[in-house]
Amino acid sequence: MTTTTAGTSAADAPAASTAPVVAISGLHKSFGPRHVLRGIDLEVAAGEVVCVIGPSGSGKSTLLRCVNLLEQPTEGTVHVLGAEVTDPDVDIDLVRTHVGMVFQQFNLFGHLSVLENCTLAQRTVLRRSRAEAEEVARRNLALVGLADRAGSTPGQLSGGQQQRVAIARALSMDPALMLFDEPTSALDPELVGDVLTVMRDLAEAGMTMVVVTHEMAFAREVADRVVFMDEGVVVEQGTPDQVIGAPAHERTRSFLARVLDPTHRHPAAG
Amino acid sequence: MTTTQAAAAALATAGRTRTSPRRRAQVSRGVQYGALLVVVVVVAATADWGRVGAAFADPAAVRAIAPLLPRAALNTVIYTVAAFAVGLGLGLVLALMTLSGVRVWRVLATAYVEFFRGIPALLVVLAFGYAIPTAFEVRFDSVVLQIALALGLVSAAYIAETLRAGIQAVPRGQVEAARSLGMSPTATMLRVVVPQAFRIVLPPLTNEVVLLLKDTSLVFALGLATSDYELTKVGRNALSDPDGGLTSIVAVGLVYLVLTIPLSTLTRRLERTTGHRGHV
Repeated sequence: MTTTTAGTSAADAPAASTAPVVAISGLHKSFGPRHVLRGIDLEVAAGEVVCVIGPSGSGKSTLLRCVNLLEQPTEGTVHVLGAEVTDPDVDIDLVRTHVGMVFQQFNLFGHLSVLENCTLAQRTVLRRSRAEAEEVARRNLALVGLADRAGSTPGQLSGGQQQRVAIARALSMDPALMLFDEPTSALDPELVGDVLTVMRDLAEAGMTMVVVTHEMAFAREVADRVVFMDEGVVVEQGTPDQVIGAPAHERTRSFLARVLDPTHRHPAAG
Repeated sequence: MTTTQAAAAALATAGRTRTSPRRRAQVSRGVQYGALLVVVVVVAATADWGRVGAAFADPAAVRAIAPLLPRAALNTVIYTVAAFAVGLGLGLVLALMTLSGVRVWRVLATAYVEFFRGIPALLVVLAFGYAIPTAFEVRFDSVVLQIALALGLVSAAYIAETLRAGIQAVPRGQVEAARSLGMSPTATMLRVVVPQAFRIVLPPLTNEVVLLLKDTSLVFALGLATSDYELTKVGRNALSDPDGGLTSIVAVGLVYLVLTIPLSTLTRRLERTTGHRGHV
């Protein structure tokens, strides 16, 4: 069940438990002459954790950014929580309040404290009182293990801590869906674990998640479904055991070989 | 022969035959200090110090102008603050206009900026002093308002360019993060982008205050009551006074420095600190 407060029509509908949270159909995206997405069809069910994997430049991030319309699709439709975000009449800001996003570069607001990062949108968008917004923010900061850093500024935190604040900031809007765009790719290796732990907890709590990632161990353990993309199309998808354990396509196998054993990329690359 | 051996052989022959680059730099520094010392000695030996002292630091002139300086300095500061307030407010509006999606706003703002950057500030001051009151039959009751508008309109053009650069320097990810939380474009601009842009442009903005402070000297072109005199006007009057002369100008110049040097120091400090904190 979703935890929306203001409620889009879809989230309130009794059918919400069966209707997909995300429904992408015939999605194309071009940046000028570059055809990045070449016809994507994808659905994400409520409570499902979908990991999107694939080589750099395969269109994974662009796909994710089309879900909350940070990128405007060139062609095709995207439905989120029943609302067609590709329809110009739909209030995209309202849809986005129900869709949390976590970025590779954290993108914390540098001029605000950790607590203010988590309360700004609650107050300006959801019109929550300062007291309520701070209570929600502190609850989510505790969830990511940073209750004691509420008064810090982002610059005082490590990358891993910043990314956990970014997760708390997104969760403070009570989203029904969380999008993660390579959340650990900018982190030092020893800081990756803390962020993945938070994400695993979130998945276990039933959050619907779409995660673009290079962390194969995480995908294998946490994902309900793994989607492998290459050159703008979904090459194959299935359970982690299918896609990562026993990939059906040569492109998937060669990608996994390179990711799982980086020193062996020379023969594959030619 | 391996690469290692070849390199070692080349270094062995190059050795110490010529003066090394580091030695040459050392000699060059020594020559420069020597030349400077010669100039100082020659000037000190040949100048007529009595006459220099009388011209630059005449005690009678200092006594004549000193009582006028506090009031004049205060007026200078008041004019600066008022003009900066106008310039900052209007400059922010212009900066947002140049970044607007509406073409008409961009064109208007660009035209404004080009116009006021391209004409002497003195012309604008003259317009507000004489031309505008005559043409529109308005009277400025307050000199401060008159000056704030004249200099504010000019500095708004420069401040707009500075702020636009600052706004564009805020990383795109900040906008994306705010928009992904459901914040409107306006809220994103006012609550996320502009505050960080201000932090980035604080050093050049402080520099703008210094320029504005010096530009308040242009109000000498207006008909001012004695109580409205600022530093340059006071210095100008004293110049033609029997007790005045060069010393009055020196005194006024020193007061300007007392005001501007702390601001310049602040600018340099801000440049050092915001370098770290402005970028997240």
